[in-house]
Amino acid sequence: MTELSKSGAAVGEPTGTSPAPSSFLEVRDLKVHFPTDDGLVKSVDGLSFKLEKGKTLGIVGESGSGKSVTSLGIMGLHTAGQYGKRKAQISGEIWLDGTELLSADPDEVRKLRGRQMSMIFQDPLSALHPYYTIGQQIVEAYRTHHDVDKKAAKRRAVEMLERVGIPQPDKRVDSYPHEFSGGMRQRAMIAMSLVNNPELLIADEPTTALDVTVQAQILDLIRDLQKEFGSAVVVITHDLGVVAELADDILVMYGGRCVERGPAEKVFYEPRHPYTWGLLGSMPRLDREQQDRLIPVKGSPPSLINVPSGCAFNPRCPYADIPKDDLTRTVRPELTEVGSQHWAACHMSQEQRERIWTEEIAPKL
Amino acid sequence: MLAYLIRRLFAAAVMLVVIVMVVFCIFFLVPKWAGVDIATSFVGKQADPAAVEAVRQKLGLGDPIYAQVWEFFKGIFVGRTYSGGGDVTQCSAPCFGYSFRSEQAVWPVLTDRFPVTLGLALGAAVLWLILGVAAGVLSALKRGSFWDRGAMVVALAGVSLPIYFTGMLSLAIFVFGLKLFDGQYVPLEESFTGWFGGMILPWITLAFLYAAMYARITRATMLEILGEDYIRTARAKGLKEQTVIGKHAMRSTMTPILTMLGMDLGALIGGAILTETTFSLPGLGQAVLNGIKTQDLPIILGVTLITSVAVLVANLVVDVLYAVIDPRVRLS
Amino acid sequence: MSETPKDAAVTIPAQSAGARLTKDAAPGETLLKVTGLQKHFPIRKGLLQRQVGAVRAVDGIDFEVKSGETLGVVGESGCGKSTMGRLITRLLEPTAGQVEFEGKDITHLGVGGMRPLRRDVQMIFQDPYSSLNPRHTIGTIIGAPFKLQNVTPEGGVKKEVQRLLSVVGLNPEHYNRYPHEFSGGQRQRIGIARALALNPKLVVADEPVSALDVSIQAQVVNLLDDLQQELGLTYVIIAHDLSVVRHVSDRIAVMYLGKIVELADRESLYKAPMHPYTKALMSAVPIPDPRRRNAKSERILLKGDVPSPISPPSGCRFHTRCWKATQICTTVEPPLVELKPGQQVACHHPENFEDQAPQDTVLLTAAKEAAALVADEVLAESAETSAAVAAEVETASAEAEAETDAETASAEAEAETDAEAATDAETASTEGETPSKEK
Repeated sequence: MTELSKSGAAVGEPTGTSPAPSSFLEVRDLKVHFPTDDGLVKSVDGLSFKLEKGKTLGIVGESGSGKSVTSLGIMGLHTAGQYGKRKAQISGEIWLDGTELLSADPDEVRKLRGRQMSMIFQDPLSALHPYYTIGQQIVEAYRTHHDVDKKAAKRRAVEMLERVGIPQPDKRVDSYPHEFSGGMRQRAMIAMSLVNNPELLIADEPTTALDVTVQAQILDLIRDLQKEFGSAVVVITHDLGVVAELADDILVMYGGRCVERGPAEKVFYEPRHPYTWGLLGSMPRLDREQQDRLIPVKGSPPSLINVPSGCAFNPRCPYADIPKDDLTRTVRPELTEVGSQHWAACHMSQEQRERIWTEEIAPKL
Repeated sequence: MLAYLIRRLFAAAVMLVVIVMVVFCIFFLVPKWAGVDIATSFVGKQADPAAVEAVRQKLGLGDPIYAQVWEFFKGIFVGRTYSGGGDVTQCSAPCFGYSFRSEQAVWPVLTDRFPVTLGLALGAAVLWLILGVAAGVLSALKRGSFWDRGAMVVALAGVSLPIYFTGMLSLAIFVFGLKLFDGQYVPLEESFTGWFGGMILPWITLAFLYAAMYARITRATMLEILGEDYIRTARAKGLKEQTVIGKHAMRSTMTPILTMLGMDLGALIGGAILTETTFSLPGLGQAVLNGIKTQDLPIILGVTLITSVAVLVANLVVDVLYAVIDPRVRLS
Repeated sequence: MSETPKDAAVTIPAQSAGARLTKDAAPGETLLKVTGLQKHFPIRKGLLQRQVGAVRAVDGIDFEVKSGETLGVVGESGCGKSTMGRLITRLLEPTAGQVEFEGKDITHLGVGGMRPLRRDVQMIFQDPYSSLNPRHTIGTIIGAPFKLQNVTPEGGVKKEVQRLLSVVGLNPEHYNRYPHEFSGGQRQRIGIARALALNPKLVVADEPVSALDVSIQAQVVNLLDDLQQELGLTYVIIAHDLSVVRHVSDRIAVMYLGKIVELADRESLYKAPMHPYTKALMSAVPIPDPRRRNAKSERILLKGDVPSPISPPSGCRFHTRCWKATQICTTVEPPLVELKPGQQVACHHPENFEDQAPQDTVLLTAAKEAAALVADEVLAESAETSAAVAAEVETASAEAEAETDAETASAEAEAETDAEAATDAETASTEGETPSKEK
């Protein structure tokens, strides 16, 4: 890892790498495109963010917004499952603790995977190999990065299972995934991803496949473990409730781009993008008085092959006609700072958005 | 698991009885409807009626069909006695009866020919497994590449070309053209190199067909498995690509291949008719072909029974192996 | 089924507000009545495939659905809610119990007998991808019910299908398109149009929005809402998402391991849930409000997983995970009784209400462990409200004795007698208060 920092120092190289950032994780202008028969799928199209250790970033978006592809891109798994010529195209920079991952030697990145950065997936049943015991799978994860014998690795596996709250871990370590309940499986998955004390944990819809009461347990566990390990966490979800529970910062994705990014409080209380308003209005909420009607976003999410020109959200935006000169349909809005550490990409002026939010949207929520 | 196996064995036994009865019906009832008399054909066309009647009695052809089936099974397990027209023949267990044509006991014919077929099937299986699985895996990993397309074209050819064509072709080239082998079957007991030289072409011919099928199914399965979430997890753990493919993906890919292998081996042990005929191998396939040509029921029954047992045993073995590979089967 | 429509309309106020008349059932009239419904899926094992047990997916539930209302059914996976949906639409054959639709027993009707009923009872499925045949145009799909029922709508099938398409907010011009040309939300609309084709009385929707994106969910929820207003439909909506269920339902049934543990109108259930499981379930829903994150002490974390429906716990099925469980909970199964008007609960030690088994105070060891996961504030508050309610009941019953007009107090009074005869709660009759739940 240390010898890799040379790529970080190589300013002005043709690859265009810039100096290593001070943040623990920094993503700069990440693009992940998949060539298909129908055209180029621009799953992620210019995404940037930073994350410090001990903090949690929530990436929110609907299916096809590019949120999962982003996480796979960071892990270097965007080509996973892809064989043959049509490989995913990835560009930009991903800096993890001073190492640029995209220009690094793939085998070095592989060594970071599972050790410095690890991942939890949505469906723990399909994410665990059905033919190996939970113990075998955790032991494998540990021994890939640590030169220890099987016995020691198994002790470590039992220890991790105990830590994530699996009863009788010394017995359950020899069980197969299908013998676990959904919640237990996700706990085992978390144990496996934390076995090497990673500094970055990416959780892709970690509770979507689980029941509400189990979801509460798992969210609690993730929060506790983060406190204990002090790692940086990226939570990817479509559920605003889950991000509100976990995230310090929130990044809202739409059509492969970031439309709003900021501290959780700001994004929930002073959102500055119509899509964020739409998400907040679409959701029935248990913590409020009963709404008469939900305020849905009209239309459907865009195709990532033909992303609408200008602002990707313009066909669904009720305010698309407010900016002059048809700006929303012709010019892609850049992220602009709308408050401290708070950015949004919208052509409407700050004042217009503030007024619409406070007068039209917030009262109806 | 044990209860499951016992149930399967029981079902297999019932299956065997049913198979024998069906074969019996076909070969005894059909000639009756067609007006052909088996006893007459056994003795020969110019035989006198008394001799025909003696044969009929001796073979029990006049008995009701269930009695004949019963006698047949009794013969296998305890032996049976043929008596009729004053002369008595004792046939000790396992008795599969006598050939209508050569009047030889069927059992020695089967035991003579079985090793030939077994050698052919097993040798070919080893060959096609190595070739087919390797080609399939490589194709999957290099999907869309020149190699993948090439391999799949060859595989398509392998699946669609009939054995007597590929067999004749290889005979023409290697035996008659290049004279690399002499194309004669030599029993293994006599000379290993002779046996090997005689078997290599049949092996390759048979393996070509099967390797093609196995390559296709391996490729398809592998591609499906590579898209599984647990393969992504394996990569996310930081495993080397060799481990991901060779360990995690291969273990799952083996399951359908194993199922196919069990069935194919079972079926082949009953006789690779085309291959054996093309290469003049004295195996079960050749025997059954001759049996059909000459309406030699005992031979056909014997081979059918062996084939059925082989298929059923192969299936059982596959089931057990399945449980070894997949813990979900083991525990439920 | 004894009450007249008039009675029902008078005694069940407000629940069906906004709904209009269906074809022939007056609002408030019982449309569907379920009594003691059971579905056990046998498990076979061993050499002879003997039945060694059963998955008790639905294990004795009673409820009614009134015309024009929406009954929401919530519960976690494996609680039997989907099986229940398939039983009342008779896609599954009940093991025991009775299903009555408009007063007619449909429990064991065959395919032929169900045919006329298929017009009145329709189902919407969860997955809009697999529930539409990819080889048929949406015109064929939506028009299929007419063919199956041999009905020719006014103006022909095509015209009717196009009308239905516009009703659910799709372009009628898309009549000849195939399902793959539509997005998930649009497909769910197609499913809804198909369900509406024969102008049904009852629509059973099994997780109608859970496969959809958040912004699309809201569209479909609003559509279901509008259709109910316009067509006077009656819904049974089965979902795991409590916020969606609250939004769409008039009354809500909470299921746990094949039983209804609480059945109440929406306001009561969400404001003052009585069953500890309901309370835990609601507290577990993550609230989309970062400011409440640090106030998460109100969350009740349940320990462990839902037990297996093959051998559910004795007594109250929730006792293995409940922080209030006592001895009685392990032995006596609490019946579903109406403790407050419009709120039926099956619990010995309900929240927000007087204890039904006050003599039994010693917590089980498991309950003590479970209580360790519940914040002290919650426990204190729960004890407080229960005490307050108990005190209220005391005074209320005193008043009830004094006053002749017991309209409002009778429920509480009755609840008190109920409390006295806690173990024998089968007698918790509701004497004309609400005519709903008597057997």
